[in-house]
Amino acid sequence: MAEGSIITDELKKLIGVSGEPITFKVEEGAIQRYAQAIGDPNPLFNDIENASKNKYGRLICPPGFTGWPIKGGISVFKLVDSLIKAGAPTRLLDGGVEFEFLEPIGAGDVLTATTKIASITERETKMGKTMFTTVETTFVNQKKKVALKSRSTLIQF
Amino acid sequence: MAKQLYYEDVDAGTEITPVAKIATSRMLVQWAGASGDFNPLHYEDDFAKAMGVGAPIVHGALKRAWLGQLMTDWIGEQGVLKKLSCQYRGMDYPRKMKTMEEPHDGETWWCKGKVTKKYEESGEHLVECEIWVENGKGDKTTPGAALVALPSRGKK
Repeated sequence: MAEGSIITDELKKLIGVSGEPITFKVEEGAIQRYAQAIGDPNPLFNDIENASKNKYGRLICPPGFTGWPIKGGISVFKLVDSLIKAGAPTRLLDGGVEFEFLEPIGAGDVLTATTKIASITERETKMGKTMFTTVETTFVNQKKKVALKSRSTLIQF
Repeated sequence: MAKQLYYEDVDAGTEITPVAKIATSRMLVQWAGASGDFNPLHYEDDFAKAMGVGAPIVHGALKRAWLGQLMTDWIGEQGVLKKLSCQYRGMDYPRKMKTMEEPHDGETWWCKGKVTKKYEESGEHLVECEIWVENGKGDKTTPGAALVALPSRGKK
């Protein structure tokens, strides 16, 4: 460990570790409430009544619906707990995210999310010594296809 | 929604139809409920001060969701969003509410973007875009990128 590093040996051991997979069903009402919270009136995400007639045949999730900090985020939160137990700073900000959408995700789908700690780095910022953790979550649907991959950056200081 | 956009309609430099948003304290509460993010950073003054951000801030994920809308509005039902990314670089502070429905006067955020590249690959008509959320001062607090597949007029 470099002098003054905030990345403890316990934290180093977590790099590459995956959390417990989490399985959840995508609910119609949850999709609609999410679209309303964005202020997005797109019928693909809102029109339950006519959803069977759209291109996908069902109500579709707005992009990112399943990412941090929705259900998929639960597996991230569990890893955050383990980061803090291993000595990481407790003040947490969301640094950003990358999504790769591989299959449509919509109402009725059953997804299994698994999150892995891909990397932990640190640098000096205006908040002082700051730790950056990249977590990767893979969402597999009921057809065993990878529907979504996300990479999030957690900032802790 | 606007009429369907086709691959032939865009080139490098083409502007994505901007989307205006007004973040309010009310919207942040609604977002917390819908997204499941109940971090007090987004609704409690003292907690936000202790976190060093001064006052409750707009959820990064909400700004990301706005960028999602920017793209899905623009590409229409036949377009497919393949990648979306953004970084939460700057803090944004919501307008407070004046009445139950109406916010006080204040800033308006704009989701904007432009095409950086278009190309065909494995039979798909792909378009890369630079996107961002801009605050009332014109600062890009949430820069990002997107990759979409558009339908082509030449090929059904």
